[in-house]
Amino acid sequence: MSREIKLMLNGNQIFVAIEDNWTLLYLLREKLGLTGVKEGCGQGECGACTVIVDGLAVNSCIYFAVEVDGKDVLTIEGLAAADGTLHPLQKSFVENGGIQCGFCTPGMILSAKALLDENPQATEADIKQALAGNLCRCTGYVQIVESVEAVVDKSSEDINVVVRETGESG
Amino acid sequence: MKKFKYLIPKTLDEAVSLHQSHGGSAMYVAGGTDVIVKITSGKLAPDYLISLKHIDGQSQLELNTETGVFCIGGLVTHRTLEMSSVIRLQYPIIHDAVQRIGSTQIRNVATIGGNLVNAVPSADGAIPLIALDARLNIYGSTGERSVDLIHFFQGPGQTVLDRGEIVTKIIVPKQSKRTGAAYQKFGRRAAMELPLIGVGVLIILEEGSNRCAKARIALGVAAPTPIRTLSAERYLVGREITEDTLNEAGKLAAEESRVRDSVRGLAWYRREMVAVLVQRMGMKCLQRIKESEGR
Repeated sequence: MSREIKLMLNGNQIFVAIEDNWTLLYLLREKLGLTGVKEGCGQGECGACTVIVDGLAVNSCIYFAVEVDGKDVLTIEGLAAADGTLHPLQKSFVENGGIQCGFCTPGMILSAKALLDENPQATEADIKQALAGNLCRCTGYVQIVESVEAVVDKSSEDINVVVRETGESG
Repeated sequence: MKKFKYLIPKTLDEAVSLHQSHGGSAMYVAGGTDVIVKITSGKLAPDYLISLKHIDGQSQLELNTETGVFCIGGLVTHRTLEMSSVIRLQYPIIHDAVQRIGSTQIRNVATIGGNLVNAVPSADGAIPLIALDARLNIYGSTGERSVDLIHFFQGPGQTVLDRGEIVTKIIVPKQSKRTGAAYQKFGRRAAMELPLIGVGVLIILEEGSNRCAKARIALGVAAPTPIRTLSAERYLVGREITEDTLNEAGKLAAEESRVRDSVRGLAWYRREMVAVLVQRMGMKCLQRIKESEGR
């Protein structure tokens, strides 16, 4: 069945006709041309398809497109500023060698962003826990974790994060 | 992916009646993290998916401070459980388990009700709740009923749910003072792994002593369904909880387990680890009781 949904995509409100059996990955990549969203395993194991929905990192390959109706979706394409200035996380991945082939990078950066938005003072353990669902077969993870840690060390104002008191949720 | 129609009921009654009217070609879906994979791989081929995500009141945690009863909505995500301060402080055994289910991306979407209904032998979500004596509220065309979680599972992928029934709530009864509970998922990797064995232990101590008033030992991957090891539990009741008595309970639990060889691990090793982990989790229960009394 075809239906129209409305969503905020990378800061722009869009209306788009979808089929019920589309995944969010299919909608973003094949219909909207956002090829920064990667399909790796297609089963929610590798995290290459990670996007942020209403502030939470999700695997878009196992998320129904219909379920983003009325929600806010951020892909890697929406992270840099309009003038092309990279987001601090993107910059840090470049500077710290957190990228090799680049296939896992959009997912890594978005998982890291979701973490830092929630917890700007994330520890190395927090980072490893948040990135556990993002697999990289090139770098061996060390530089990736360092890339995120380098951003944590900057002030939260620099990286434009939403500061939330710990213990506020739940 | 196979074509299907995605239906979005707003009430339980609407969901149940949609399920009835579409018969065998319909199935419920919550987070969808398992269902999508099964549809893509051809294991499931529904014509109608009935989403439970938009039904009011299904994704809340409620602790009734008068009765002490803790109520978890079936649509609560693992992430909500992981981040809840009530769970971290008062039901750390649930936190032990949920923080290591899947990845953050999965936990943000996958629901505890879905985890239970899938009824896989390794369901990490179930073991702590069994140790806590949780019950399930189940809603269907004939109304609501309640089932003890330990009696919910019938085999791999099999539960007592009748056609069209929905798990609406998980009810955790009031905890006595001096309760300690802990869960350990044991696998080869630290993350993104199904357990080789899962061990949940709950111990209630008598007032003013280390004598055991009540014990629960629940195991995952030790049988086709989650189990409790009753002789090990009975052994502990009335005894002082020490490393030695816990050791003995661990041995009894290992004997009662029905572990088997699989690609993830061999039966003999699983059995050994049941003994080791029952003891360790028992000690952790003691430590947690001590900590809670220090607060």
